[in-house]
Amino acid sequence: MQAQEIYVALEQQFPGQVSDLKAEVLEPYLTVAGASIVEVCKFLRDRAGMDFEVLSDLTALDWPKEEKIQVVYHLFSYGHNHQIVLKVDLPRDNPKIATVEGIWKVANWFEREIYDLFGVIFEGHSDLRRIMLPEDWTGYPLRKDYVEQEEYDGISTQRAPLVEKLLR
Amino acid sequence: MKPLINSLPETVFTTKVDDILNWGRASSQWYMLFGLACCAIELMQTGGPRADLDRFGAVPRATPRQSDLMIVAGTLTYKMAKRTKLLYDQMPDPKYVISMGSCSNCGGLFQLAYSVCKGVDKIIPVDVYVPGCPPRPEALTEGLLRIQDKMMRERWLVKPSRPAEEQAGA
Repeated sequence: MQAQEIYVALEQQFPGQVSDLKAEVLEPYLTVAGASIVEVCKFLRDRAGMDFEVLSDLTALDWPKEEKIQVVYHLFSYGHNHQIVLKVDLPRDNPKIATVEGIWKVANWFEREIYDLFGVIFEGHSDLRRIMLPEDWTGYPLRKDYVEQEEYDGISTQRAPLVEKLLR
Repeated sequence: MKPLINSLPETVFTTKVDDILNWGRASSQWYMLFGLACCAIELMQTGGPRADLDRFGAVPRATPRQSDLMIVAGTLTYKMAKRTKLLYDQMPDPKYVISMGSCSNCGGLFQLAYSVCKGVDKIIPVDVYVPGCPPRPEALTEGLLRIQDKMMRERWLVKPSRPAEEQAGA
């Protein structure tokens, strides 16, 4: 199924909730309202002809100038060999979204990773802890305004730079 | 008394106790299997038949409690740094550390990353730094030989003279 057809079907099913289809790129994407992400995902997984049984990636972007954090869902269907990318814009100061763990179980770890690195709260998640960084870590490192701590747990994080020009 | 020099048969060999102790230690450095990243591949290669660390008496041990030497091979993250310190503390004295490769020397390629420790010397003392990314087996062998040199210079039975005492005595 082409991205345009998926978009039209979504618009019919969820009027006003999907927007901004960009179909002429390698991986077509569209924007979904944060409140209806669970219903949209469930529809895309269960509706005959869509059958997106795989959440192949779930990641996020930080846009400090636009004051938003974008959560990105990469869906894929092995049966139909088609794909779609969903993007959800969240406010940067309080990013919260419902979990899709009940739809694709793999979302459990993906969402923990996003929580770990971006600080997005996934409401309803069964086990929202840091997944890679130590549990006593401060801050969310992939946010653009992240500042490294002076030391971590007694270990200095400072070292004189070997190559000055690499520093930003 | 008759001097000992040139008086013993050829089968007898005289040396100092310190020297034979150090010779024994330097010829049986058991290193801990501690591969953290891609340098570990080169560490395995160094233990393999071509470079063959075994000919210097260095054999890998799978536990810190039987190890004399820790070869930190690879990128050290802060999460692992705490474990590295724990493993180092579990090794019996006297113990030595080789920092192998750019990453464990100074953070290397990843030194501007948020999660990478900027050098293993931030947490444990290092005896020999082996540069390279990763170092070749020859380089690591050289590092092991430098550790041997360091061991051979140590004195166990002679009380080390301290500069302050010498000054006071003079």
